[in-house]
Amino acid sequence: MHKIRKSNVGEFMPANDAQTIISVRGVSKFFGGFQALKEVSLDVRLGERIVVCGPSGSGKSTLIRCINRLEKHEQGSITIDGVELNEGKESLHAIRANVGMVFQQFNLFPHLTVLENLTLGPVRAKKLPKAEARDLALRYLARVRIPEQADKYPRQLSGGQQQRVAIARSLCMEPRILLFDEPTSALDPEMISEVLEVMAELAASGMTMIVVTHEMGFARKVADVMVFMDHGEIVEMSEPEKFFGAPESERCREFLQKILHH
Amino acid sequence: MKKIFIVAPLLFLSACSDKWGWYVVDPSLPSGWSNLRFLLSGLYYTILLSLSAIVISIVVGLLIALPGLSAKPVLRRFNRIYVEGVRAVPILVLILWVYYGLPQVADISIGVFAAGVIALALSDSAFEAEIFRAGIQSIDKGQYEAAHSVSLNYSDTMRFVILPQAIRRILPALGNQLVYMLKMSSLVSVIGMQELTRKANELVVSEYRPLEIYTILVLEYLVLILVVSAGVRWLERRFQTDQRN
Repeated sequence: MHKIRKSNVGEFMPANDAQTIISVRGVSKFFGGFQALKEVSLDVRLGERIVVCGPSGSGKSTLIRCINRLEKHEQGSITIDGVELNEGKESLHAIRANVGMVFQQFNLFPHLTVLENLTLGPVRAKKLPKAEARDLALRYLARVRIPEQADKYPRQLSGGQQQRVAIARSLCMEPRILLFDEPTSALDPEMISEVLEVMAELAASGMTMIVVTHEMGFARKVADVMVFMDHGEIVEMSEPEKFFGAPESERCREFLQKILHH
Repeated sequence: MKKIFIVAPLLFLSACSDKWGWYVVDPSLPSGWSNLRFLLSGLYYTILLSLSAIVISIVVGLLIALPGLSAKPVLRRFNRIYVEGVRAVPILVLILWVYYGLPQVADISIGVFAAGVIALALSDSAFEAEIFRAGIQSIDKGQYEAAHSVSLNYSDTMRFVILPQAIRRILPALGNQLVYMLKMSSLVSVIGMQELTRKANELVVSEYRPLEIYTILVLEYLVLILVVSAGVRWLERRFQTDQRN
């Protein structure tokens, strides 16, 4: 059942042979004099769901932003599907073919309809015929349960609906890995559950996911591995049962206490 | 706005006094009618000149703005040098230089119209470049990240995501530039372009009624620019009704 492998240290070794799709090795990232990531290592295998939590400024967003190269790491290496990320074309291609991302602020294209938001990537980047892209988009809109909103503009939708459109937009690129950067943090409380439900369904369908979130109920339900980060380091990494039941580090215990009993 | 009801009749009364000789442009007289038509015939080149210049300057301005947003210092420096350099030359000087100087330097022959369009477009492109740069920079970083996350390359990101949003924001500024261009086109009269101002000058020389003829000229520009402004506002409204966060 151990799907975790903490590289360099080697205390967790893989128990089965599922393919490692993302491999982060000793990655450091600096913003000016501030070190946002300190030699972080993490392996993600196909089909695995990883939930990352930690205080703000702990580097969790930076970590996933490095994985699809919205940020460039300065030390260490990140490998996606066997391709090391760098400035090269092959690296860009590996990210495009494998990784999708859902943002805290949705980042939908406000001047395009929902359907246009969904088909832009498939039509322009994947050269899919328009009719096919449309079918694809409608299929994924149905999957996030808002097929009837296809011709509306993002501003006409609620926050929860907008985030579900954003999820559908990522899915239309048919990625193997989906990254979520605090997907419910910008939502009104009553809209959080509709987004989490869609994410849980995705998880159940076998999508590889790395989710940065403070929604611990969701984490408990879907995570294969819990990761706790603080000050740019991975402090604790374990299965949810152990993570929530008996966290090893003091910092993690404190953090969990704060967010579980507020 | 109410002042217009006081000022307009006063102007009208003074226009009826014996200081004025409206007969030069009185449409009921054969000579006045032909003078009026002569004045209005300049409209064609004023509009053609301004429109050609603004279209070219928007394209050139965009091409100059994009390197200004690049991460590469060399490209940003190119943008700065172009903008600062072109902006520092008065339009009239640019018109004279392009018409009299450029043919000698480049060993080409250049017509009045072409010289006018080149000078106006060149001068305006520096301003357009700054407008585009500001407009593009005002678009949220998240839009680039979202475009990256659905695998769009740089040119598709610009074409389908960033520019359509930026254009909406800079439309009022572009409208301003068009109005400015219509006014500055009067300067091309100095090299003999047969536009509104040149026509008025020529008529003043033959009729010697500068007061009436230049008053008509003022009204021509006023009406032209009010119409254009209304058009730009209509365009802004049209763009705003369908979208925007």
